[in-house]
Amino acid sequence: MNPREQQIKSVLELVNDPEIPTISIVDLGIVTKIISEKENQAYVQLTPTFSGCPALKIMENLVSAALLNAGFNEIKVETSFETQWNSNLISEKGLIALKKHGLAPPPKHDGYIELDVLSDMPCPLCNSRNTTLQTPFGPTLCRSIHYCNNCSNAFEAFKPVS
Amino acid sequence: MEFTEKHVMGLKDLLYKMADDLLILGHRNSEWTGLGPILEEDIAFSSMAQDKMGQSLALYEILHELGESDPDTVAFTRNDHQFHCSQLVELPIGEYDFSLVRHFFYDHADAIRFDMLADTVVEPLQMVAKKFRGEIKYHTMHANTWLKQLAQGSEEARLRMQSAINETFPFALGMFEPSEYEAELIEAGIFQGEEALKNQWLETVVPLLESYGYTVPDASTVTPIFGGRKGVHTEYLQPLLDEMTEVFRIDPAAEW
Repeated sequence: MNPREQQIKSVLELVNDPEIPTISIVDLGIVTKIISEKENQAYVQLTPTFSGCPALKIMENLVSAALLNAGFNEIKVETSFETQWNSNLISEKGLIALKKHGLAPPPKHDGYIELDVLSDMPCPLCNSRNTTLQTPFGPTLCRSIHYCNNCSNAFEAFKPVS
Repeated sequence: MEFTEKHVMGLKDLLYKMADDLLILGHRNSEWTGLGPILEEDIAFSSMAQDKMGQSLALYEILHELGESDPDTVAFTRNDHQFHCSQLVELPIGEYDFSLVRHFFYDHADAIRFDMLADTVVEPLQMVAKKFRGEIKYHTMHANTWLKQLAQGSEEARLRMQSAINETFPFALGMFEPSEYEAELIEAGIFQGEEALKNQWLETVVPLLESYGYTVPDASTVTPIFGGRKGVHTEYLQPLLDEMTEVFRIDPAAEW
């Protein structure tokens, strides 16, 4: 990465997910390419967490606005499936940020996901594993809904995706 | 391998039928929004609708790169006989038993289809297939959970599910209607073909259903309901398209 690309990355580290405002798009793992070949020029490639995610266009616009604000004026932001997102791409910092938002972070996986991995998600409020999956489909495509038998709270988890 | 015109025609045909299946079933799934038997199911079908719409868009984008019209034009301006979806996906949502059985049959086929396409020589298709696999996993898990649960429920539940399986099966086999390009698709490494897909699908769904306690009609004695892939549809598709495109048709040039 050249210094301009480093600068772009720093700018993107301050762009947060519109639906989960505690996590940056870099920590979410959806920034898949950063290229800057000359002064004030920036190319950023994003990959969707889910193909049907309605926040994609919003995120493209947020990235463009942040880069414009940082002095770039030749900006191209693209969404591509070239690198396929999976939940292992969320950074350590990102996992903590998810929990801060009240979402149980997705467990690391080896590419093979069964419902079992959702059956004892640790509660983000009390850390108990005595929890029950209510439904794998939550308020957004990337979330599932759970119930903690220990602290009697319903909570959401960020789904593991392979 | 250099693609001939027939390879490209076969690829487009394949993309159209997958994208149209996803768009139409996505629309049907969305009809459960607000009507699901319990809130969680309402959300499940709505979420799956959203996934399928997103997936159809990604496939229409690939078609656009191959020279077809843009996704909105393709999705909103064709008549029923220009659609390549299987008749299975266009049938009305009916009762919940039918919607669950269709969901089970369709999503297992879709999961296998995109598993196969994760190895296609067509790069953009390979990339989206790899992505879709992870998403579809949640759809098949959902279908399996309910098919299993209802088999172990009341007698009425089991009987209704069994009858939905029997009635839906010929339509499900219709998904695998061969195109006129099967040989070209296989030869070029684009797709392993509908026959291979059907066989893998049977090897998956039959043992699963039997393990839940259902009986499955013998595929070799059932006549598949073909036609959808060639533009022959039931009376239910055009009204669906009329409803889906109603807002678009008011002002096709509108900026969204």
